[in-house]
Amino acid sequence: MKRLALSAGVLWGAVTVAFIALHLAPGKVVDLIIGNSPGVTPAVRQQIIKDYGLDRPLLVQYVSYLEHVLRGDLGHSYRLQIPVSRAIGDALPATLALTFTAIGLALIFALVVAVLTAHRRPWLRGLFSTAETIGVSIPTFWFGILLLTVFSFTLHLAPAAGGLVLPAIALAVAPAGMLTQVLRDGLENALDEPFIVTARSRGLGDFAVRLRHGLRHALLPAITLTGWLIGLTLGSAVVVEQVFSRPGLGQLALGAVTGKDMPVVMGVVLVVALVYVIASTVVDLLYRVVDPRLRTEAPS
Amino acid sequence: MSIPIAEIEDLHISFGSVSAVRGVSLSIEPGKCVALVGESGSGKSVTARTLVGLTGAGASVLAARVALGGTDVTRHGERQWRSLRGRVAGLVLQDALVSLDPLRTVGAEIAEVLHRHRVVPRAGIRDRVIELLSLAGVPEPEVRAGQYPHQLSGGLRQRALIASAIAADPPLLIADEPTTALDVTVQAQILDLLAERKAAGTGLLLISHDLAVVARLADHIHVMKDGVFVESGPAQEVLHDPQHPYTRSLVAAVTSLTRGVSRSDSPSRAGNATTQREVVLEASELTKRYGGRRAVDGVSFTLRAGETLGLVGESGSGKTTVARLVLGLLAPDTGQVELDGQAWSGLAERDRRPRRQEIQVIHQDPLSSFDPRLTVRRLIEEALPVRDEGRVAELLDQVGLGVDLLGRRPRELSGGQRQRVAIARALAPEPRVLVCDEPVSALDVSIQAQVLDLLADLQRELGVSYLFISHHLGVIHHVSDRVLVMKDGRVIEEGDVHQIFNAPQAAYTKELLAAVPQLEDAIRS
Repeated sequence: MKRLALSAGVLWGAVTVAFIALHLAPGKVVDLIIGNSPGVTPAVRQQIIKDYGLDRPLLVQYVSYLEHVLRGDLGHSYRLQIPVSRAIGDALPATLALTFTAIGLALIFALVVAVLTAHRRPWLRGLFSTAETIGVSIPTFWFGILLLTVFSFTLHLAPAAGGLVLPAIALAVAPAGMLTQVLRDGLENALDEPFIVTARSRGLGDFAVRLRHGLRHALLPAITLTGWLIGLTLGSAVVVEQVFSRPGLGQLALGAVTGKDMPVVMGVVLVVALVYVIASTVVDLLYRVVDPRLRTEAPS
Repeated sequence: MSIPIAEIEDLHISFGSVSAVRGVSLSIEPGKCVALVGESGSGKSVTARTLVGLTGAGASVLAARVALGGTDVTRHGERQWRSLRGRVAGLVLQDALVSLDPLRTVGAEIAEVLHRHRVVPRAGIRDRVIELLSLAGVPEPEVRAGQYPHQLSGGLRQRALIASAIAADPPLLIADEPTTALDVTVQAQILDLLAERKAAGTGLLLISHDLAVVARLADHIHVMKDGVFVESGPAQEVLHDPQHPYTRSLVAAVTSLTRGVSRSDSPSRAGNATTQREVVLEASELTKRYGGRRAVDGVSFTLRAGETLGLVGESGSGKTTVARLVLGLLAPDTGQVELDGQAWSGLAERDRRPRRQEIQVIHQDPLSSFDPRLTVRRLIEEALPVRDEGRVAELLDQVGLGVDLLGRRPRELSGGQRQRVAIARALAPEPRVLVCDEPVSALDVSIQAQVLDLLADLQRELGVSYLFISHHLGVIHHVSDRVLVMKDGRVIEEGDVHQIFNAPQAAYTKELLAAVPQLEDAIRS
């Protein structure tokens, strides 16, 4: 319940910020709507102001905008001349596919590497740890261009435009580095706990101990991080889509920003906020699934 | 004489260049209990763990012979060890809250052993888990199997842990401080459960720092200090007629805490009736609720100058809440606390702060109450109104520490030294009242006695009053002038220390006293 109210609060905040940004942007809103189209007479201009309700007080406009958003009506794209919801609906699946593939890759990498390297020989651990730090620090777009150059232009192993694998890898590198660090750290902490000794004393092998007892404990912080990374990765996806010429939210947003198509920009902001909220709610629920201590009260 | 189920001959263990165990030998027969007694760091746990091949990473183990069930296991690799662990030897550690996986149900933990060693067919695992839980004395085993460790009480958790250790019916059970984290009545029940296993023919290796616990079960005792057995022999001999000075000091420390040596027996205190002295702290009708539960329910008491009031009870009895109310860290729902005849509990913190120095506290675990980066000098200086080198040295001297420790940090001190520093820091602002919240519970028995004696000496010198909280009856008996017995937030019984311990009125007090492990019982029997 509290969770739900918080989510609604975040979304409302996003709508409000988007609305304020629209009205703070240089120039009048009506000029943004007219854009660069030549030959608009003052009469037409007045007509547009009236049509869009721009002559009403700001507060009334705000309330009316909120009402529309609540009904799922994100407005009309000036540039594309289609409803914003449709424009986003067309672009979103490709971006979500890219984002979740990247997060999936990052999770798989992190799980495998953390389980294999936690509390292992210092050189092995150090090697991976260094690689992870580098992975976190290299710019995503730069790594994307590097991948393109090597695999598409030089080795011709992947399509230069529209593919899923290369952009997903480029996008996965930073989250993978972060997740591995957090997972390994959590796993190493868990492996030092007394219940691990108990588990070993039952005759369990090292691998079984790590998977069955250690990993669940390590997952707790990693789950929180993943929720946050989904939002972050969605943002980076917009850039990577440009590098790899993939259609999606990135192209839509870029076109909208350069073309001053504000309803689309606001719509994109809202959708990103929505994904963020959904991700963090799912994280919260997952946390309860993994940790029974959050589900129940103290011993009776 | 039957074949021993476990034998160790001339065992040496070292970690890097530090040698932890030097040349110990022992042998355990079916249905017998061998005990390793010693303080933390004496090498007893690591010795026991060689019997399951779990001495830990970085340990190098050398032995003439280590055998389980007559089979030499000295050259066993990890794979062979795994097939033995759980099946040939079960391990029970301290506090089941951390020794059972907190994210798994206790049923799953027990099933793991059954599964690993294919004790019963897969379809029979659930029934066997329930059977094992009821064997370990867990009521409603069907319900409990589906619960998590944090949902069980300390005693039930420990029973579940034992159930998992005996799941594959190993002939050897290693119990490493199995009752240390438990309340005294629960402790007695767990020891009974271990005695049942022993009677059923299981060989028991019991590890404890507490001779009184060991006395109830052990047939043979090895006293360990600095990696060697300083004394070994049949339990009766070691307890009754200790030869080595270290064993004698252990026996003395335990008897002084269990036999009812009260310091108010000593002549220096005779005729020193504290009832006429001025009241420094008065609590009346304190009540504090958490949620719907009354943690403290109508508790009243007075504390007079230079007196020690013992507050005894098991976990959940509300003693720590009383301490927090007295310290003004919590506000009571009803009732009040007066310090030196003036209001204390109802004040705004701003008005309380100038008088904060009058009431100080020491905790069970000083390590977590110290800033780990500060030196001893800074820790004590912090508590002084003005910086004063001489006063710091004087305080250290009062608690029996030398100025050579001034530059050390908390982690570089032993447990006993840390508690002494905590006492010095608490005394620095010259308080009227010192709240001692389980101040010796984390210490080894012989160190406990030293710290308690120190507190007694300080009280004589400084006239400070103690509100002394403990779950340990022996400790309470040793230090208190008067005693409050608490249960479920209420005061069950109150009175002079002799009256409480020699002629208890309330059934609950009698029950508590009966559950205390007595060294003498074992010696006399």
